[in-house]
Amino acid sequence: MKLMLHVAPGIVRYPLIASVILETNALVNIERASIDAVSGEIVLEVPSEKCLEVKEAFERRGVKVVPLEIPVIRDENECVHCGACVSICPTGTFRFEDWRVVADSGKCIQCGACITGCPQRALKLVLK
Amino acid sequence: MPTPEKFVQEKSLAEINERIRDGSVRVVTAEEMPDLVDELGPAGAVREVDVVTTGTFGAMCSSGVFLNLGHSDPPIKISKALLNKVEAYGGIAAVDLFLGATQPSEDRGIEYGGAHVMEDLISGKQIEVDAFGAGTDCYPQTELETSLRLEDFNQAIMVNPRNAYQRYNAATNSADQTMYTYMGTLLPRFGNIHYSGSGVLSPLSNDPNFDYIGIGTRIFLAGAQGYVMGAGTQHNPQNNFSTLMVTGDMKKMNNRFLRAATFHKYGPSLYLGIGIPIPILNEKLARSTAVRDRDITVPVVDYGIARRDRPSLKMVSYEDLKSGMIEINGKEVSTSSLSSFHVARDVALTLKQQVEKGEFLLSSAVEPLSRVGSSRPMKQTKESPNVGDVMSRDVVTVHEDIGVEEAARLIVSGSFDHLPVISRDGRLMGIITAWDISKAVAGGKSSRIGDIMTRRVYSVKADEPIELAARTFDTHSISAMPVVDRDNKVIGMITSNHLSRLFARRR
Ligand code: SF4
Ligand code: SF4
Repeated sequence: MKLMLHVAPGIVRYPLIASVILETNALVNIERASIDAVSGEIVLEVPSEKCLEVKEAFERRGVKVVPLEIPVIRDENECVHCGACVSICPTGTFRFEDWRVVADSGKCIQCGACITGCPQRALKLVLK
Repeated sequence: MPTPEKFVQEKSLAEINERIRDGSVRVVTAEEMPDLVDELGPAGAVREVDVVTTGTFGAMCSSGVFLNLGHSDPPIKISKALLNKVEAYGGIAAVDLFLGATQPSEDRGIEYGGAHVMEDLISGKQIEVDAFGAGTDCYPQTELETSLRLEDFNQAIMVNPRNAYQRYNAATNSADQTMYTYMGTLLPRFGNIHYSGSGVLSPLSNDPNFDYIGIGTRIFLAGAQGYVMGAGTQHNPQNNFSTLMVTGDMKKMNNRFLRAATFHKYGPSLYLGIGIPIPILNEKLARSTAVRDRDITVPVVDYGIARRDRPSLKMVSYEDLKSGMIEINGKEVSTSSLSSFHVARDVALTLKQQVEKGEFLLSSAVEPLSRVGSSRPMKQTKESPNVGDVMSRDVVTVHEDIGVEEAARLIVSGSFDHLPVISRDGRLMGIITAWDISKAVAGGKSSRIGDIMTRRVYSVKADEPIELAARTFDTHSISAMPVVDRDNKVIGMITSNHLSRLFARRR
């Protein structure tokens, strides 16, 4: 299961992820991290049985946590099943099933590459 | 004895239309046909199948619509018109306009363009019209605003100069940066391959010799019944890149088969569904409609080279492209399409149902399409100089082991604030700028320039056009770069000053 963390900029100095790992003993994999002056976004892969525990541990530290259950939001009326998103996605979220494009949950790391790559403007990130 | 070249015509078009009228017609899609021909043989297929329906749905940039607004009171002779802030061409009579699919809007740029106006009209939406005229004795009005829906236009006739490409080059990118093209987002270093076209269902690939398709052929155009006007622009049948010019009544179109699109950092385009029913009059047509994905091949072209003659890396078939993976230089590269095979199928199936229900009759062509075409490069009468013609040859290069102070001295005494850093054998390794040096000095680390130089350095070749250098300056916000030869050895330097001087002279 993937969790997306929204981190306040000041907190970057604090060993946030390390402290949560030590507390929960969860095997956490950092899949994407982008931190700039105004905000930080981190996507973690967490074993499903530890998910709730990890989520709560972050929330106690003042971090907003969003479980990424749905990959990206797709407007079914706009999608024409062309497949432009298929080869752009770094994690292989999309695939063809009898020439319809389907999205697998649990793979997306919210990188945004497919959003601009979709000619029909059918895709949106979960939080934007 | 009939020679093998001579095909016995087993059916007439009139016979097939009769069957369409009485409901006994036998129709299959071009996807089903190859197996049938394998099983029954071409002669058997002529006996069993009357019509094969084809379909394609993809970006067709060369599309547009003639709109007649009717006359206002007082009348206006429109010279320029904006439809939802998208400019339509007004240089035809008083109230006729031509709206092109790829025209961006004045307010929303490429996110909304001519294609979006068309989709909005077909979806029943109202659009805002601003019209401007010169003002004449008979057309005194100079400006007006109105709101119109599709039904308010006298005519909305789609006329598309180039549609339904027989097949299309696949695209990939060897360069180090992502390229945003009309073939979609192409990831760096052969990160992906994009292709377009429906392969087995492609109308022109199912009749490449124009045994049926010609001027006047009735077609399915975005849900309406349209017609082939003739060969399209850049029609090039000698190389299997035939195209069609088509027309149809936009008022009868369906937004399931007409969709506006935007290619990121490129522009708007129109996705259009086109289908042609092909009558199986003889064995020759049975054979040509038995074409499979593996029989239709296209080159994979490198869009990383921004020139007209982009190098082709290898030939692949639509079967390879549709498999999702193609090998390029020993690397497995993921492929995906920009056109939709899903909707192409929908076109072929919808057309099949229309023929079966007796709603779509086949037509004989007034004349066949031309078997020779022309897709020559542009004749450019005003030769643009190459980088080599304007670059400075007296470039000062340095090795990476010199100190920052020495580099600073060279910059002060030389004419550029950039120093290319080269290896012992003269090859470009990096670049150092006055800015890099000030930063190093301010930071108190007076070190070797090899430690502070930028290794990701952009360069051009002397025989490349200056427009390419200008585009590189622009995209990467830089003002100078080294000019290198085939071996990546530095032979000169080009700066934005060279270019501005040149462009200023041209004006
Ligand atoms: S790129 Fe967009 S329109 Fe094409 S399949 Fe993906 S979501 Fe659908
Ligand atoms: S946002 Fe990134 S990871 Fe998620 S589906 Fe799109 S391309 Fe894939």
